[in-house]
Amino acid sequence: MTEDGIRCDGRRLDELRNISIKVGVLKNADGSAYIEFGKNKILAGVFGPRDVHPKHMANPDSGILRCRYHMSPFSVTERKNPAPSRREIEISKVIKEALQPAVILKDYPRTVIDVFIEVLQADGGSRCAALDAAAVALADAGIPMRDLVSACAAGKVADRIVLDVNNEEDQEGQADMPVALMPNMGKVTLLQLDGILKPEEFKTCMQTALVGCKRVYEIQRKALMEKYFQNGEQ
Amino acid sequence: MMDVKRRYVIPGDVIATGPLRPEQNVYQDGDRMISTCVGISEIFENSVKVIPLTGGYMPKTNDLVIGKVIGTSPLSWEFDINSCFVGFLPAQDVFGRDYSPTKDELRQRLDIGDLVATRIANFDRSRDPLLTVQDRDLGKIEAGELVEISPSKVPRLIGKRGSMIQTIEMATKAIITIGQNGWIVISCEDSEGLLKAVEAVKMIDALAHTPNLTERVKSMLGVPDGENNDTIND
Repeated sequence: MTEDGIRCDGRRLDELRNISIKVGVLKNADGSAYIEFGKNKILAGVFGPRDVHPKHMANPDSGILRCRYHMSPFSVTERKNPAPSRREIEISKVIKEALQPAVILKDYPRTVIDVFIEVLQADGGSRCAALDAAAVALADAGIPMRDLVSACAAGKVADRIVLDVNNEEDQEGQADMPVALMPNMGKVTLLQLDGILKPEEFKTCMQTALVGCKRVYEIQRKALMEKYFQNGEQ
Repeated sequence: MMDVKRRYVIPGDVIATGPLRPEQNVYQDGDRMISTCVGISEIFENSVKVIPLTGGYMPKTNDLVIGKVIGTSPLSWEFDINSCFVGFLPAQDVFGRDYSPTKDELRQRLDIGDLVATRIANFDRSRDPLLTVQDRDLGKIEAGELVEISPSKVPRLIGKRGSMIQTIEMATKAIITIGQNGWIVISCEDSEGLLKAVEAVKMIDALAHTPNLTERVKSMLGVPDGENNDTIND
């Protein structure tokens, strides 16, 4: 990072990578989205509500949400074994738990909503990007939601708090903190921290990440509006 | 006409605040009325609702649906009704009260793959929808073309007091059976009329949220503008 706060990829400290979202890209899914978050390229597909298999998982009171985060073997520089790794199982779990407060499952007893996330190309911060795509795909599937979920990471690189940590900064940096937010309700649904931050650093880091989430939300919103109203905002 | 305020919304959007009644697809958070799906919000004098633009079919008692037989058990047929739940039609509904599984063969009346116009007799959270064919115009559909549209667009296809569907039926001389689950059977003696009717239905599915849809359908079908103008959602 340079003295005046220009980062390794030329961004300022509080600058996001380029984000673009496309809605409804998979024909066979009930809802889908494709996100490009910097160099991250991620597909999310939502299937359901549908019958639960195995049947013993079904809940007679409400629907259930299942989530699978998977990285393609070619998504990273060295070939990745396609079997779900420890890391992927963890990310599947945290994404599920980040989406769950937003999704209204009560209306669909005895059913399941499956969210499949496939990382085609990874470049740091893929769990946040995956979560953004998954939230849009759920909205596209018409699953009732209290709010969208927007996620963005912040971190500490060369003793400075930066927004949206990329792969290089993640490797070399001191901390990485992914945050997911329900923007209209102002509720945080995911907060992880890898690294060490002082209390005051944590506060600025959190503020930075929340600002990032709100900017991501605007992009998610625009993508949905474009698909359903050809951007004819009233 | 009553003053109704309409707006395009996505999940999480606050439609209104104040003492209002949340109706379909609206979630109440304190005194805020929040949309739970992508759609068009409508604020009435004392209630709020959102007309969804996406999503599957949720069975409702008394809905007319078109079902496809997917299996039989000794006492009932199972129907795919384009929903996350499987519809059940008891054998007694077709054979009468003296039905006996040893004497009567279910498959002789309705075989797998048959399309049937049915009505939902009963449905609640704890049980799968119970179907009936005991009504006028219900029963096996012998001929016609099945068109699938999004269930959320069925009200648009019917139009205000059936105006849209009447327009199509008059212009093409087709007979159209609309299932609330988004399955539509069109039959017509004249093959050109059939193609036109199918095209019109598909057009409404694609352009359901756009204004002046009736005019566009009319011009597509070559009908001169009459007085029977449909203005819903315009």
